Amino acid sequence: MKAKFLVPLALFLLLVGFLGFGLSLNPREVPSPLIDKPAPAFTLARLDQPAQTFALDEMRGQVWLLNVWASWCVACRQEHPVLVELARRGIVPIVGLNYKEVRGDGGLDARGMALDAETGLAIERARGWLRAHGDPYQLSVLDIDGRVGIDFGVYGVPETFLIDREGRIRYKHIGPVTPDNLQNVLIPKIEELKRAS
Amino acid sequence: MIPELGHFALVMAFALALVQAVVPMVGAARNNPSMMAVARPAAQGQFFFIIFAYGCLTWAFITSDFSLQLAASNSHSDTPLMYKITGVWGNHEGSLLLWSLSLSLWTVAVTVFSRHLPEAFMARVIGVLGWVSLGFIAFMLVTSNPFDRLLPGAPEGRDLNPLLQDPGMIIHPPLLYMGYVGFSVAFAFAIAALLTGRLDAAWARWSRPWTTVAWVFLTAGIAVGSAWAYYELGWGGWWFWDPVENASFMPWLLGTALIHSLAVTEKRGAFRSWTVLLAIGAFSLSLLGTFLVRSGVITSVHAFATDPARGMFILALLVVVIGVSLLLYAWRAPKLTGGGSFGLVSRETTLLGNNVLFAVVSASVLMGTLYPLFLDALNLGKISVGPPYFEAVFVPLMTPVVVLMMFGPFLRWKDDDFGAAVRKLAPAAVASVVSGFGIALAIDHVTWRTVLGLTLAAWVVLASLQLLAGRLRERAGASVSSRLSMIPAAWWGMWLAHFGIGIFIIGVTMVGSIDSNLDLRMKDGDQTEFAGYTVRFRGVVDAPGPNYDASRATLEVSRDGKPIATLQPEKRVYRAMGMPMTEAALDIGVFRDVYVSLGEQLPEGDWIVSLHHKPFISWIWAGCIFMVLGGILAAADRRYRRLAERTAAAGALQQAT
Repeated sequence: MKAKFLVPLALFLLLVGFLGFGLSLNPREVPSPLIDKPAPAFTLARLDQPAQTFALDEMRGQVWLLNVWASWCVACRQEHPVLVELARRGIVPIVGLNYKEVRGDGGLDARGMALDAETGLAIERARGWLRAHGDPYQLSVLDIDGRVGIDFGVYGVPETFLIDREGRIRYKHIGPVTPDNLQNVLIPKIEELKRAS
Repeated sequence: MIPELGHFALVMAFALALVQAVVPMVGAARNNPSMMAVARPAAQGQFFFIIFAYGCLTWAFITSDFSLQLAASNSHSDTPLMYKITGVWGNHEGSLLLWSLSLSLWTVAVTVFSRHLPEAFMARVIGVLGWVSLGFIAFMLVTSNPFDRLLPGAPEGRDLNPLLQDPGMIIHPPLLYMGYVGFSVAFAFAIAALLTGRLDAAWARWSRPWTTVAWVFLTAGIAVGSAWAYYELGWGGWWFWDPVENASFMPWLLGTALIHSLAVTEKRGAFRSWTVLLAIGAFSLSLLGTFLVRSGVITSVHAFATDPARGMFILALLVVVIGVSLLLYAWRAPKLTGGGSFGLVSRETTLLGNNVLFAVVSASVLMGTLYPLFLDALNLGKISVGPPYFEAVFVPLMTPVVVLMMFGPFLRWKDDDFGAAVRKLAPAAVASVVSGFGIALAIDHVTWRTVLGLTLAAWVVLASLQLLAGRLRERAGASVSSRLSMIPAAWWGMWLAHFGIGIFIIGVTMVGSIDSNLDLRMKDGDQTEFAGYTVRFRGVVDAPGPNYDASRATLEVSRDGKPIATLQPEKRVYRAMGMPMTEAALDIGVFRDVYVSLGEQLPEGDWIVSLHHKPFISWIWAGCIFMVLGGILAAADRRYRRLAERTAAAGALQQAT
């Protein structure tokens, strides 16, 4: 076996290394500068009652999760049963941040759509999705233009933020929450925060 | 019940793929004819079960069975029948089933059309195809089952992505997949040849028609996809260098190199290990393309589009298929020395030069496609690579390819006289440069890019004509028609495909140089002058379709007072997804397209209208059609059939005695 004939194999294995790396590690581990900082304040319209708003401060005194989701997000469908199960067990309240429901959808051209038309479409789509897949959220709010998402440094959907009683972000999970993540990371952290005070 | 039958059929296909992968291979190794004979029935049985499974899935779509997850997510009871049928492959799981179906179709074609091959070789080819099929069926069964139920069933489906509800999408994916998957046959021949150590001219002759047919499908598939992007996405662009397009373009580049390399191996016995490597490479890039598109490894930077388990599975599949074949290559290829020697100025040299360039181009495209991923993995930040990179790499590398491409056919195999060749082609070369500059001046667009493009196009066209004339001068004395009929189909195929490249370059250059577009607001009765045409806006009416609501505008296009066309672009909202879509309207002509798309309605009631004038864009598709026809002619050359008949006759004779 001459060395030069191994070159294609070596190049291929190098490529596989990168692909594997790209697949497994990196999008999920982006350090967030927001950890242990107060969560950015927001007041947004509620999905169930768009006339009413919900503000971050309303959760003060509770340990809770903020889950960023959208109906166009395929991976949200993957994590959704995990959240539904978590909500059923009543361990922690979950608030949904519906992120760019209309304009985030790559297949959809929302430029030039009037804001109220976009909001109407977003509500219809988001509610339909929750009806189809179950609603684990105490409530969801509508981040139509994604500003709140930007404040939270949302990098890809889904993301999940763990927020403590003082309204500080204590942990951020990027990508779908798996039963494994939930059992070994999130729930222990939640219990710890609950015990803390 | 029907989906369960489909699922069961898929499991049966898996079992038969396992048999097909193992038994004939063992039989070939032990020289056991009855085990080798399992290859054909196993492959044909697998085909039966896959087509049955595919039929079951289609049935669920046609009958709007929304208790099937896939139908509920990708179909709707109001969807037109045609798009219910094509909706089957407009999604991840269904497109994998289509992949398997086309692999199975190719395998059956091999069992039917390659009866003259030695039995042991045949058994290995089918066995290799069985391994590939096994991997893909397992992928479906483990991570992407198209027959997953949704219980309780949805009352209504979410409909097929409206972008895919288009005639172009009816034929684009099947063509593309037939092309992608077709390279598996060349791959299987290469692996079988490596296993037996029999990499000779006969092997190249057997692989050639298969490879050419796969290349024809891939070329047609890419062209249709590009045409679809042109009129459906509503921007008037035809190639965007996005990862999904690159995924199909890379195997095309290596496949093109492979076709030419096989020609040299068949005629001269040279380049053998290089040809094998190209055969492995072309199919590997097809698999890699599937991986890139299906794993979401590229797009995942922005949204976690897909399930990482799927990505890991395909990656594992890649490692097994490509890794094992490259290992086999490293082990066996060093024995492949020899082959015909050739001089510096010879047809072999031009073919080798172009093959190397093709390989470099596909490596660069791969690099550009994966570069964001590399940087991200190395923690150097997140970037995206756009068309400027690809054009900067592509143009300088393809320029010598086009020049050499026309040189090659004028040179003799083995050795030729450089001076004589240059003298023969100098007039055409000078004429090309002159016409390149001349036409650029005439269209008043003298940039280096336009001049280069036009010069290359003229070079291809002029040298092609000279080549044809030279061919006709042979056998002087005979009538023109008999001289024409003496030329073998393979030669015509080569000539036509190369000529098509010239036509293609004209289209690309002209569109890139002198297209124009104008966005403006219009209301009923407004008119505007654009690119020499008068465009009058005749208002917008509601035009509901089966599963969408549309606003349809009417625009009258005239030139010098003579009506040319009435165009009716639409703005559609597909009801199930609430998704707005732009449906452009085109007046297609030989020398230009007029392309109109309807934008938003402004609060005052005016509409945004986007007008495009696309000179020579049809020449891009015409060039592709020439290439496809060339490929078909080359694959249909009589000598392949004669060979088949001869061997069959010899076999019959042997049996008789």
